[in-house]
Amino acid sequence: MDKQNPLPKSYYDQLEAIQVVDFALVELNLYLDTHPNDLNALKQFNSLTKQSLELKQKFEAQFGPLMHFGRSFSEYPWRWKDAPWPWQV
Amino acid sequence: MWYYEKKLQYPVKVSICNPKLAKYLIEQYGGADGELAAALRYLNQRYTIPDKVIGLLNDIGTEEFAHLEMIATMVYKLTKDTTPEQLKAAGLGEHYVNHDKALFYENAGGVPFTATYIQAKGDPIADLYEDIAAEEKARATYQWIIDLSDDPFLNESLSFLREREIVHSQRFREAVEILKEERDKKKYF
Repeated sequence: MDKQNPLPKSYYDQLEAIQVVDFALVELNLYLDTHPNDLNALKQFNSLTKQSLELKQKFEAQFGPLMHFGRSFSEYPWRWKDAPWPWQV
Repeated sequence: MWYYEKKLQYPVKVSICNPKLAKYLIEQYGGADGELAAALRYLNQRYTIPDKVIGLLNDIGTEEFAHLEMIATMVYKLTKDTTPEQLKAAGLGEHYVNHDKALFYENAGGVPFTATYIQAKGDPIADLYEDIAAEEKARATYQWIIDLSDDPFLNESLSFLREREIVHSQRFREAVEILKEERDKKKYF
């Protein structure tokens, strides 16, 4: 990342909150792949999916799109191509 | 198709430049039991595995690419501010003359990645047993790297990846049981 323009602490905090929820979603997804009838896990999955969406909308409003190819909205000008990329932060 | 998300699966922080550690980590980038081999193995097997376990192969294969990106980030951060002299002292002189600081799909000994690391037998049980073995070997490799590493930040991310190998192995073991159950249902006496 550009040394003259360090990212605010809120970038890291919000990103981490997303990583926490998304990790639980990956874990539940793999678990459901082999336990498709576990209703409790399924409920957790759907609830966290909603939570993830909300966290990402908030993050994207401040720091730009997290996804490409029409999976995130973009304001003008196009911001998707802008740094920082994940390995730069 | 796939979509890219501009985030790592788990944060990667490093304490200081450490090209020696980067050299060890490359084993999980382009080595026989590394993340590239894992991703390519599972995504290739999914075409000929029974429907019941395609989803699992698809999803674990996809997660492996997120792990590959974490390893790449570690290597990048550990080497980006190094001098050629430091790279040489870390045993990366040969890498430097060929690739500068670019990442290369090779193992810790500098042997380039090869498709021969990946089997595809078309036999579901044989394929899943290979997958279980691959996860256990990757888990062991993460442990050996952690044993050699003195970077507490890096070790935190490596511990995460080590735990993922355990979970994947567990899910593949369940997939074997699911297929055995299917097979036994087809028996009639």
